[in-house]
Amino acid sequence: MTLARRSSGFLKPLSTACSSSFLHRRPYSTDDTTTITVETSVPFTGHNCEPPSRSVDTNPKELMTFFTDMALMRRMEIAADSLYKSKLIRGFCHLYDGQEAVSIGMEAAITKKDCIITAYRDHCLFLGRGGTLLESFAELMGRTAGCSNGKGGSMHFYKKEACFYGGHGIVGAQVPLGCGLAFAQKYRKEGHVTFTMYGDGAANQGQLFEALNMAALWDLPAILVCENNHYGMGTAEWRAAKSPAYYKRGDYVPGLKVDGMDAFAVKQACKFAKEHVLKNGPIILEMDTYRYHGHSMSDPGSTYRTRDEISGVRQERDPIERIRKLILAHDLATEKELKDIEKQARKEVDEAIVKAKESPMPDEPELFTNVYRKGFGVESFGADRKELRTTLP
Amino acid sequence: MASIFQTIGAATSLSSSIDTNTSRRSLSERKASFVVVRSDAAKINTRLNRIGGRIDHLITNAVATKADTSAASTASKPGHEVLLFEALKEGLEEEMDRDARVCVMGEDVGHYGGSYKVTKGLAPKFGDLRVLDTPIAENAFTGMGIGAAMMGLRPIIEGMNMGFLLLAFNQISNNCGMLHYTSGGQFKIPVVIRGPGGVGRQLGAEHSQRLESYFQSIPGIQMVACSTPYNAKGLMKAAIRSDNPVILFEHVLLYNLKETIPDEEYVLNLEEAEMVRPGQHVTILTYSRMRYHVMQAAKTLVNKGYDPEVIDIRSLKPFDLHTIGNSVKKTHRVLIVEECMRTGGIGASLTAAINENFQDYLDAPIVCLSSQDVPTPYAGTLEEWTVVQPPQIVAAVEQLCQ
Repeated sequence: MTLARRSSGFLKPLSTACSSSFLHRRPYSTDDTTTITVETSVPFTGHNCEPPSRSVDTNPKELMTFFTDMALMRRMEIAADSLYKSKLIRGFCHLYDGQEAVSIGMEAAITKKDCIITAYRDHCLFLGRGGTLLESFAELMGRTAGCSNGKGGSMHFYKKEACFYGGHGIVGAQVPLGCGLAFAQKYRKEGHVTFTMYGDGAANQGQLFEALNMAALWDLPAILVCENNHYGMGTAEWRAAKSPAYYKRGDYVPGLKVDGMDAFAVKQACKFAKEHVLKNGPIILEMDTYRYHGHSMSDPGSTYRTRDEISGVRQERDPIERIRKLILAHDLATEKELKDIEKQARKEVDEAIVKAKESPMPDEPELFTNVYRKGFGVESFGADRKELRTTLP
Repeated sequence: MASIFQTIGAATSLSSSIDTNTSRRSLSERKASFVVVRSDAAKINTRLNRIGGRIDHLITNAVATKADTSAASTASKPGHEVLLFEALKEGLEEEMDRDARVCVMGEDVGHYGGSYKVTKGLAPKFGDLRVLDTPIAENAFTGMGIGAAMMGLRPIIEGMNMGFLLLAFNQISNNCGMLHYTSGGQFKIPVVIRGPGGVGRQLGAEHSQRLESYFQSIPGIQMVACSTPYNAKGLMKAAIRSDNPVILFEHVLLYNLKETIPDEEYVLNLEEAEMVRPGQHVTILTYSRMRYHVMQAAKTLVNKGYDPEVIDIRSLKPFDLHTIGNSVKKTHRVLIVEECMRTGGIGASLTAAINENFQDYLDAPIVCLSSQDVPTPYAGTLEEWTVVQPPQIVAAVEQLCQ
């Protein structure tokens, strides 16, 4: 498995309708929707299906949004790193930097009514679904302003209104849940899909294949996304899986291998998957991606891989760098403007951290809230049917 | 509701000294009672054999007499006679008619009609998606049910035998019980997980498990055990309507119990215990199949002049300490008869809870009769000795009331 890829091919814009003259270009306009077509870095590889084309349509607005959002995500994860080292975040903290393109590309292809469920590397996906920085940092630090009131922690981010179902600590357990979400979507005939995400480590879990069997049996609109960052904590994928071609593991279920560091490849794949799944049942997407940090903050990340490898990927395949080069090639913004965006992201993150630190820790009574839900407003009889009749709250 | 939880929370942080005394004494008492049984070998053995062989007959008798007395005292319509599995089916069907979000999933629940006929006829009526035949993948379909519940459906997950749900323990513990809490209240998981458990008729060790002891510490779930057709239907309906995950424990041997239940709709309270027989001398707490052994023993005890108060606790989590407490304050003696194992069973928790809360009212240490800490053997005689039998209950009460 070669991790370094040739980074040619995408620098040449195939067609552009907008004028590239300096005078007409506005500083990162947020409403320019003229079409730009880019090519993905590598073609898709399909298993039991026709892969989609390499050419992806986008526009300056989307490009700038990608850059801004990914810069924010990257900043957030790095800030979480330093918060963890200063012991404001405790327990487990799994960081997503390097993998931002998966979240961004996916969001660009779907609506907020489609569901996403993932494992514990969920901070950026939460942000992508519309979560705020304040909610993230407060939850990481265990404060009441957090998305789960401080009671969930790093591994339990949820956002019900945006159909983000979390946030799960046990490896692989979210896959049957994701198929359950798809089941409910099919039951209600809503026409939405579920993206069930898991990692290369979880790809060896039995419950995944059980869930996949059921999803294929009943044609559930479930898209299984394997975020293959090539390491299951400290174990490289070739040491854990006899067949590391995770997109082929579905056997009778079609699969697609995608360059997960290229946001446009991800966007194209997710769009293709959504259309496919609503007609034909489940599909597996394997996102070839990479994480710069270790598995979690307790893992240095360098005992099982070389620093050269990490810096090599950072130089050649970094998702933010790719978008930066695209923006510069299409003359949509200057270097300085992009740096300003990154500075702005840093400022937003710092402000959010300050605000999150102000939020209080939960009080003692909060220990017992939300263990159960209240009753169901029904009249209830006593066991002996005689005297006791009450309406439950 | 919160106050009960806090009491439970306090009760479960045990003080060990009282418990070990109780357990040591009750162990010796049980051993003594066992010896008593053996000494009258001729008479008792034949009675045991009769009980072992014709238990269905005896049980239906016990239930029929109870129904008669209660029917005489209530002024409602005559009702209709059902078997327990039909009562469960009625409850299920009524709830599925009432709410389109209620669906069933499990192995062989659809076309086959359910291995204990609880879902018979539902698949032709409601369709294959609402009564879903799953492959044999407990972990995955329990997870699926929980995921569907997160999205707003109300699934009922059937384990063909409760013991198989051990494969789904991760889903039940981590996702089902804890998601409401870890999401800060965003998601509710209104699932019902049901299935038969308990020691059956020589089914072997792996198919005779009592899972209530394993599930009882999971925070966020409720557990109920049904024992009669009346409470089976009521608890099923209550469990389906509850927004919390509920585990409904049925028993393999009780599916053919017959009883007359009301025609009108009724829903029982999930957290309430049932007063089976009011009395004065001793409180006997029990649930599920052991209720019938206790009632059998109660007949003997009444003939001997004792007046036991029998309570079917029904709600295994949380315990109905209100009813139990009132009873303890009246009788001052407690005997717990359960089918769980001795170690870490429901009886152990109940003993701790009562000791913690009502210690001043007890005249004698709590006696807990449970099954032996062994895998359930296949041989019929050994299997009988694994569970608590009526003569042991009689002996324990006599010992307790000295």
